[in-house]
Amino acid sequence: MTDSLIDIRNLEIAFGGGAVKAVRGVSFTLGQEKLGIVGESGSGKSTVGRAIMKLLPPTAKVTAERMMFKDVDLLSASEQKMMTVRGRQIGLILQDPKYSLNPVMRIGEQIAETYRLHAPKASAKQAAEQTLSMLTAVQIRDPERVARLYPHEISGGMGQRVMIAMMLIAEPDVLIADEPTSALDVTVRLEVLGLLEELVERRNLGLIFISHDLNLVRHFCDRVLIMYAGRIVETLEARNLVNAKHPYTQGLLASLPSIEEPPARLPVLKRERSWLDDTATETRA
Amino acid sequence: MIEVENLTIRFGAGKKPVVSNFNLAIEPGMAFGLVGESGCGKSTVLRAISGLNPNYEGQIKLDGKILDHRRERSFFRQVQMVFQDPYGSLHPRKTIRSQLKEPLRNQGISAKSTSLDDALQAVGLDPVLSYRFPHQLSGGQRQRVAIARALVLNPAILLLDEPTSALDVSVQAEILNLLQDLRTERGLTYLLVSHDLAVVSHMCSRIAIMEAGEVVEETDIENLRKGTITHPYSQRLLGASRRYGKSA
Amino acid sequence: MTIPIEQTNRSEPGGFRQWLLAPEPEGLFQSSVQQFYQGWLKFRLHPLGLVGLAVIILLILVAVAAPVLTQYDPIVQDMASRLAPPSAEHWLGTDNFGRDVFARIIYGARTTLYIIILVTVIVAPIGLLIGTCSGYFGGVVDEILMRITDIFLSFPGLVLALGFAAALGPGITNAIIAISLTAWPPIARLARAETLSLRNADFIAAVRLQGASSMAIITRHILPMCIPSVIVRVTLNMAGIIITAAGLGFLGLGAQPPWPEWGAMAATGREFMLDSPWVIAAPGIAIALVSLAFNLVGDALRDVLDPRGGE
Repeated sequence: MTDSLIDIRNLEIAFGGGAVKAVRGVSFTLGQEKLGIVGESGSGKSTVGRAIMKLLPPTAKVTAERMMFKDVDLLSASEQKMMTVRGRQIGLILQDPKYSLNPVMRIGEQIAETYRLHAPKASAKQAAEQTLSMLTAVQIRDPERVARLYPHEISGGMGQRVMIAMMLIAEPDVLIADEPTSALDVTVRLEVLGLLEELVERRNLGLIFISHDLNLVRHFCDRVLIMYAGRIVETLEARNLVNAKHPYTQGLLASLPSIEEPPARLPVLKRERSWLDDTATETRA
Repeated sequence: MIEVENLTIRFGAGKKPVVSNFNLAIEPGMAFGLVGESGCGKSTVLRAISGLNPNYEGQIKLDGKILDHRRERSFFRQVQMVFQDPYGSLHPRKTIRSQLKEPLRNQGISAKSTSLDDALQAVGLDPVLSYRFPHQLSGGQRQRVAIARALVLNPAILLLDEPTSALDVSVQAEILNLLQDLRTERGLTYLLVSHDLAVVSHMCSRIAIMEAGEVVEETDIENLRKGTITHPYSQRLLGASRRYGKSA
Repeated sequence: MTIPIEQTNRSEPGGFRQWLLAPEPEGLFQSSVQQFYQGWLKFRLHPLGLVGLAVIILLILVAVAAPVLTQYDPIVQDMASRLAPPSAEHWLGTDNFGRDVFARIIYGARTTLYIIILVTVIVAPIGLLIGTCSGYFGGVVDEILMRITDIFLSFPGLVLALGFAAALGPGITNAIIAISLTAWPPIARLARAETLSLRNADFIAAVRLQGASSMAIITRHILPMCIPSVIVRVTLNMAGIIITAAGLGFLGLGAQPPWPEWGAMAATGREFMLDSPWVIAAPGIAIALVSLAFNLVGDALRDVLDPRGGE
């Protein structure tokens, strides 16, 4: 297990005193790769991401046979321990940077503060230098000007770059991106994804990319988990997504409209009860 | 059927217009797509046509007649709108049934209870849902209710503002099919605003691509499907949509 | 081409509980009762709220059943047994005119309830109407209405009420008018804030696109959305209203003697506080208990009715 960054076996998450099971029997490992988790709303995909960060509300009941981040047992890790993991070893990027950035703090200060949490011995000057070089790394032109701006003064695409910069400056081993580009326009989306891809590869990160967008994940990730109603119904190499075996995955793919050859009617997904009971298919690729 | 001439909209006098010199002509029975990225002004155009924003310069005509900036009540029997977010477009504290009754009431038409059941059935919903509240329905069901509400007055034109972008793809497929069926059944005219080229290509026969408040290209849908659109921005948009948004 | 209809499971016929929880209500009545029941299920989770509710229900029962609960008349004087300490005969003793304090507390509950109901009936509609109109129309209307609100808001409540009660003459009706005048501005502000956040909602736009008039939109679509938070606010303010009413009574500007009113009772009891503490303690505790009860209920209601927790 030395080469896996995250190793999860049989993760179950229940809300409301066990009444609602949001995640059921999820197992996967993450290496230095881009792992996509795809599902529709309510499939539990975001809950998995938050469980890894231990960011679920106290009403959530999390159990698993195994839930490791490198050598940290996430099931028993104390809040104090998690403070050293969150942000420093595992970064989280959310859909809308507006809600993740502090609105009354300049962007440069926010990034510098994250850096100083990671490197407490660094001087203010070093932190500022690091900040600027990180902003340059996420391809922000004129980083010195942007560092002085407040979050409301920048666009969505720029905000997402800033978030990526802030998450990467602490040099984490794993990055969890929860719908990082869903709020962005297609043309901006491409740039942000390209950037994310490059940085992940250059820094040897493990990336968990949570998305509802099959097409995006298919082109962007190495491996894809398909979730339905809290379960992983299928695990595939991203490029083999077209050959998906599970009827749910097939149905999702078929229901996508196409620019080039739109069919007269879109095939509609017929949900089968058996998908809910299906004991997880092959989950370790 | 709808003609828009020299439409210019600015928020605040003397400010830079968010939409400038917009022209559009939609023929009866047509499904017209208005495409662009966020902030390009496509939704602003739609709100001006619908009458929600009376502060515009230029002319909007319905069946050849110039419309007052403050729309007459009868206008709304001809033109109805479906919104993007099915969670925000239904009143949270009214039952489905009373929301469907509302358009009739506002237009001074007496509602037959059977017609409300029919309205639900027309969008594929079981009338037993009548007395539920919106939060007791799924996203797809809510959007069906919103469509039913728009159709209660039997309008000729539906303005669709990103009607599926808040929905999961499998639900999107159902709603797009429904919208197509309704159009063929009732001979409706659609003006669809979307950022999703695939949705527009699926639904529309003609499109206009907008950037920064202006139409950069208006063309038949075939040109989008074949990739033979000409304006550099259109090509860039199509390229970006294909790279990460294309299906197999 | 026909559009397929999603089949939904119909509810099985069953008892009242099943009727309450049936997934498919068959009428508006059942549907509304179900919503209410869901609210009750949430309210039940607040033990303090339940205590407060019990006190308020007790207050109502006592006020309604006052003649049954005591054989004494709250007004008729009996100078022979004045300032008698609590005993089996007079549970809470008698006051300086020999009237049974327990009877006066019980009949005083009627006065308190009367004030509460009248103030609510006056304040909630005025506040709601001014607030929603102000928020919905904006511009000049908003400016004018809000400046008027500010003027009323800038006076300390009790002082304004005092002034009005003094100008109109002492008496319970005038006290109620005076309290209401000071109590509506916060409601109007609240309703305005809610309206501002609703004004541009899609569901309001949808109604505008049906050709509805502004007045119809405000009264039928915006107002119902403001009611929950107004209920919470009024309930929480009720404690203040009761205390203001008691204060006016204490100063002799509220209910007039010999009619029993808790504040006035406390005022007379003050003179005999050292020798006969029960005369002031009983109304004092009653005032404290009822105001506390409204506060507890208001807190619990806030959790139940908060639109953000309402999904």
